[in-house]
Amino acid sequence: MSKKYESVIGLETHIELSTNTKMFCGCKLSFGEESNVHTCPVCLGHPGSLPVVNKKAIEYAIKIALAVNCKIREYTIFHRKNYFYPDQAKNYQISQYDLPLGVGGYLDVDMGDYVRRVGITRVHMEEDTGKLLHTGRTGRISESVASIVDFNRGGTPLIEIVTEPDIKSPEEAKEYLIRLRNLILYRGVSNCNMEEGSLRCDANISVKKVGEERIGTKTEIKNLNSFKFLQKGLQYEIERQTNLLESGGKVIQQTRHYDNNTNMTKVLRSKEEAHDYRYFPEPDLVPMHIESKVVDEVRCTIGELPAEKAERFEKEYNLPKYDSSFLSNDKKVARYFEDCCKLYSNAKNISNWIMGDFSALLNKEGIDINDSKIKPANLASMLKIIDGGKINSKIAKSVFEEMFKTGESPQVIIEKMGLEQISDGGLLEDIIEEIIKENPGTVKQYKNGKKKAIGFLIGRVMARTKGKANPKMVNEIMTKKLK
Amino acid sequence: MRKIERKDIEHIAKLAELDFSDGELEKFTVQLDRILDHVARISKVDTEKILPTSHVIEIKNVFRDDIVKKSIPKEDALKNAPEVSDGGFKVPKID
Amino acid sequence: MTAHELHNMLVKKEISCADIAESVLSRINRVESKTNSYIRVEKEKMMEEAAAVDEYIGRGGRIGDFTGIPIAVKDNICTKDIITTCASRILKNYIPIYDATVIKKLKEQRYILTGKANMDEFAMGSSNENSYFGNVSNPWDTERVPGGSSGGPAASAAAGEAVCSIGSDTGGSIRQPASLCGVVGFKPTYGAVSRYGLIAFASSLDQIGPLTRDVEDCAGLLNVICGHDENDSTSINRKNPDFKSFLKDDVRNMRIGVPAELMVKEIDAEVKSTVNAALLKLEELGAKVEEISLPNLKYALSVYYIIAPSEASSNLSRFDGVRYGHRNKEAKTLREMYKKSRSEGFGDEVKRRIMIGTYCLSAGYYDAYYEKAQKVRTLIIDDFRKAFKKYDVLISPTSPTTAFKAGEKLDDPLTMYLSDICTIPVNLAGLPAVSIPVGLSPEGSLPIGLQVIGDILREDNVLKAAYNIERAVGFDKKPNIL
Repeated sequence: MSKKYESVIGLETHIELSTNTKMFCGCKLSFGEESNVHTCPVCLGHPGSLPVVNKKAIEYAIKIALAVNCKIREYTIFHRKNYFYPDQAKNYQISQYDLPLGVGGYLDVDMGDYVRRVGITRVHMEEDTGKLLHTGRTGRISESVASIVDFNRGGTPLIEIVTEPDIKSPEEAKEYLIRLRNLILYRGVSNCNMEEGSLRCDANISVKKVGEERIGTKTEIKNLNSFKFLQKGLQYEIERQTNLLESGGKVIQQTRHYDNNTNMTKVLRSKEEAHDYRYFPEPDLVPMHIESKVVDEVRCTIGELPAEKAERFEKEYNLPKYDSSFLSNDKKVARYFEDCCKLYSNAKNISNWIMGDFSALLNKEGIDINDSKIKPANLASMLKIIDGGKINSKIAKSVFEEMFKTGESPQVIIEKMGLEQISDGGLLEDIIEEIIKENPGTVKQYKNGKKKAIGFLIGRVMARTKGKANPKMVNEIMTKKLK
Repeated sequence: MRKIERKDIEHIAKLAELDFSDGELEKFTVQLDRILDHVARISKVDTEKILPTSHVIEIKNVFRDDIVKKSIPKEDALKNAPEVSDGGFKVPKID
Repeated sequence: MTAHELHNMLVKKEISCADIAESVLSRINRVESKTNSYIRVEKEKMMEEAAAVDEYIGRGGRIGDFTGIPIAVKDNICTKDIITTCASRILKNYIPIYDATVIKKLKEQRYILTGKANMDEFAMGSSNENSYFGNVSNPWDTERVPGGSSGGPAASAAAGEAVCSIGSDTGGSIRQPASLCGVVGFKPTYGAVSRYGLIAFASSLDQIGPLTRDVEDCAGLLNVICGHDENDSTSINRKNPDFKSFLKDDVRNMRIGVPAELMVKEIDAEVKSTVNAALLKLEELGAKVEEISLPNLKYALSVYYIIAPSEASSNLSRFDGVRYGHRNKEAKTLREMYKKSRSEGFGDEVKRRIMIGTYCLSAGYYDAYYEKAQKVRTLIIDDFRKAFKKYDVLISPTSPTTAFKAGEKLDDPLTMYLSDICTIPVNLAGLPAVSIPVGLSPEGSLPIGLQVIGDILREDNVLKAAYNIERAVGFDKKPNIL
C-alpha cells in the first residue's frame, strides 16, 4: 500500500450458536449430515407454520453481547428482512433491525506495541439460511445449470456482530477476529469453526489520503472466511482501491466477493442493484423485555474473560505478563494450567513446560491439550521428581515425550527405561576416575590452565552414564579430582 | 401523495417477483393509484407522540426451551417439492 | 339441525353418527352443484370416520359436544395428508405435512370433517369470487354472493352441507359472509385461538373462528378451539372459560354503545332499520343503548388496506415453486421461475394486494404508509379502549348491504373493499365480535346480520348479548335452496 493512503475497515461477523436446536423450531443442529433430515414445517417455511424463539439462543446472544461490552437493550424485537433466494425457506429472514439486542460496545485489540479499541455498533440475532449446492463441474454458481437446496442448516441461530469503521489495517482486522473468536470460544456458545462456516466474516472497506477527514467510498467484501483470507482479501482490496485512486479513477460503491482461489475480489452487485429489504416488525413474534436482573444472571454464569484471567494469573501465580496471556488465551490451556497448580507449587515451572515442550508436541500432533494423554497429575509429579533430583531436566525431556506417547506416569517410565539419575557419590567417583585415566591429554590441558576442557570430561561422564549422572555432583567431584 | 406511475409498478413487480403483461401493468397502475390515493387519507391524521401498534395484545417474552423435537421424515420434507435432486430441492440456474 | 341438538340425540342413542353423516352427505349431493361451497368433499372418509366414531361410542367412549358432528373446514387451514389449497392455483396440489392446532383439537373431539370449504384465494375478498375453484353462491339466492372470504364455510353451514364450520377472519371474513348467509359467525379475541396451521394472510389480524346456526353452537365450538398453544407465540396463555356458561337470559343493565361511524351513509336503510329494531328489543329487555362516537374508526379501512397487504406481501413470498406449490417448468433461470410460477399461481386480487403491500413497505414509503398506519391503528385501539370503559359491548350492522349480485363489484376493488367497513376496525384492535342474523330484507328476502363487539377477551359479554338478541329476535328462517 502506498504510504500516502490509509484504510478504514469495519467488519460484520456472523457466528452460529451451538445450541441444541434451531432458532425458531425444535430441529436439531447438525453438520455434515445427509441433506434435509433435520427439518420441520417451520424451518421449511411451510404454509401456516409459526416461529417460536429458542430461549437458550437469547441467553447465548446476551453472553456474546456482554463479551464485546455491549449494552443489552431492555426492549428488543425481531424484524422480517424480505428478499427472494432459494436457501431461504420463507423468502424473508427473521432478523433484527433498528432495535437489536446489544448496542454500543467495544473490543480492545492488542497489537503488541499498541492497543486498538474497535467500537461495536451492534450485536443482533437472526436465523441462518440453508445450504446451496451448485451442480456442474466446478461447483461454482456462475458455471452451474441448477442448484440444490438443503435445509438442515436453515434456521440455525446466528449472531451478527458489526463493528464501527475503527480498524486501520488488515493486520488489525485479523487480530480483531482472532480476539473475537477466542472470546466467544471462551463463553462456550459457538464452536467458531471457520471451515464449517460457523464463523463467517464480511468487511466494509475504503481508503483515503493520510490525514484527510472525509472517508472514501467504501466497498463491501463478502466471504472473508478465514484469518488468512480476511487479511489477504483486505490487502487485495486496499491495493485495488489505492491503484484506482492513484490512477485518477474512482471507487464505486458495490458489493464484492472474495475468491480465495485467485485471491481477488470480484463485483457481486452495484449500489443501484442493492436490495430493498422492506424490513418490518415480525408480527408472528412478540417483543422481548430483557430485564437487568436477567442480564446480571447471565453475567454471573459466564465467568472471567481472557484479559481478566491473564491479570489474575499474573498476580496469583506471580507469572510474567507473557506467560499469563499465553496461558489464558485458550480456556482449556488455562484450566489445565490451574489444575496442575493445585498439585504442584512452582507455577513458572508448569508454565515453562506448557509453553515449551508441551505446546510443541501438541502443535505437531494437531491436538487440543484436553485430548493429550498427559494428565495434569502426571505433569505435576514429573516436576516434583525433577525437583527431587531423581532425574535431570535433560532426561525429563525424554520422560515427557514418553508420557505424551503412552500416557504412563513418569515413575513407571523412569523405572521401565532405567532413567533414574545417578547420585551415588561412590559410583560417580569410580566412573570419573576412569574417564580421567582414559583422557590424559585433556587433563593436561586443564591443568595447564585451559579450564574449559573440564566440559569435555564431564560430557564423557554423561555419555558413559547415558545422561543419568547427576550433573551437579559430577561437576563437583570432577573439579576436586583434577586439583 | 405522489401519483403512481407505470415505472413504480414495474419496480414493485420486480421486488415481489411477479410478471405482468402490458395490459396488466396498465390496469394495475390505475387501480393501485386509486387505492393508494384512498388510503393516503391517513396522512392528515395527527400522530405526533403516538407510538405505532406492535401487537394488539400485550404479550412479551414467549420462549421455547432448547429441547430437540423430532424432525419430520425426509420423504415428508420433499413430498411437495416440484423438483427433487440428490435429496434436495432443485432450482434452475441462479441468476 | 344444530350440533347441540344432534349431540343430545347421540347421547340418547336416538341417532347414530352414520345417520348424521349420511344426511349431511345427501344434502351435499343435492345442493353442492348450486353453492360450490366446497373445494373438496371427503365423502368416503366422512362415512368411514362416522362408522369409527359410532364404534367408539358403542365401546362407551365419551361423547363430546362435537363428537361425530360433520364440520366443514375452510381450505386455508392445514389438514395433514388432505390437500389444502387456499383456493389458489399455486397450492392446487399441496398436501400439508402437519395438522393445524385447531384440527388437532377437533380431532380430539372426534369430529367428522365434511371437506375443505371454498373461499376467496388466500382469504382475500368479500364475495368469494376470487377462488381458483370457482365462485360460491349464496344459498338464499344463487345469483348472489355469499360474502367472503369464508364464503364456503358460511354457505355450507347455511345450506345444511355441514352442521357448522370453521373459518378465518382477517377483516370480516367470518362475520360478513355469516351475515350475508344468515348464520352466526364469531371472530374471537386475537390470540384466543392458535394460528398454527392457518395459512397466513395478515398475521397481526388473522383469527380462526366458528360459523354456526345458533349462538349455543358457537359457544360450544369456542370451547373446543380456543386455548393456549406453545406453537403460536401470539397465543394468549390463560385458562379457557366455559363459553357456554355465558349464555344467560339476562341483559338488564347491559350497557350498549352504537358507534355512529358504523351507521354511516354507506349502510343501506333496510340494514339500519333491521339493526335498530333489534336494538329496540334489547332496550325492552332492560339494556341501556346509547349512540357514541369513535372518531378514528373512519380511518380503519385505509389503515387496514395498508397493514394487511403489507403483511400479506411478506407472508406470500414463500410461495416460490421451490419447496411446494406450483412451478413453471419451462423457466431456465431462478428469477424467471419465481416470476412465472407466482404470476401463474396467484389470481388478480392476490397480486393486487401483494403489489400494494410491497409498495407500502418499500424504501422511501415505509414511514408514510406502514408506520403511519400502525400509528393510526393505535388511535383506533384507543378509541375502542375508551368506549369499553363505558360500555359492555358495541353494536353495529355487520355488512353495509345484504348479499349483492355476483359480478357487481368485481371491476372496482375499492367499492368491494367497502363491504368490510363495519368489521375491519374490530380486527385492527384484536377484539372479539360476532355476527348474528336478525332479520330478512323486506325487498329481497335476504338475511341481515348484526355485529356485537366486545373488549379484549370479553367473549362473555359478546356471547351474552348475542344469545339474548337471538332469543328476542327469534330469527328462524332457512334459505329456500333445495
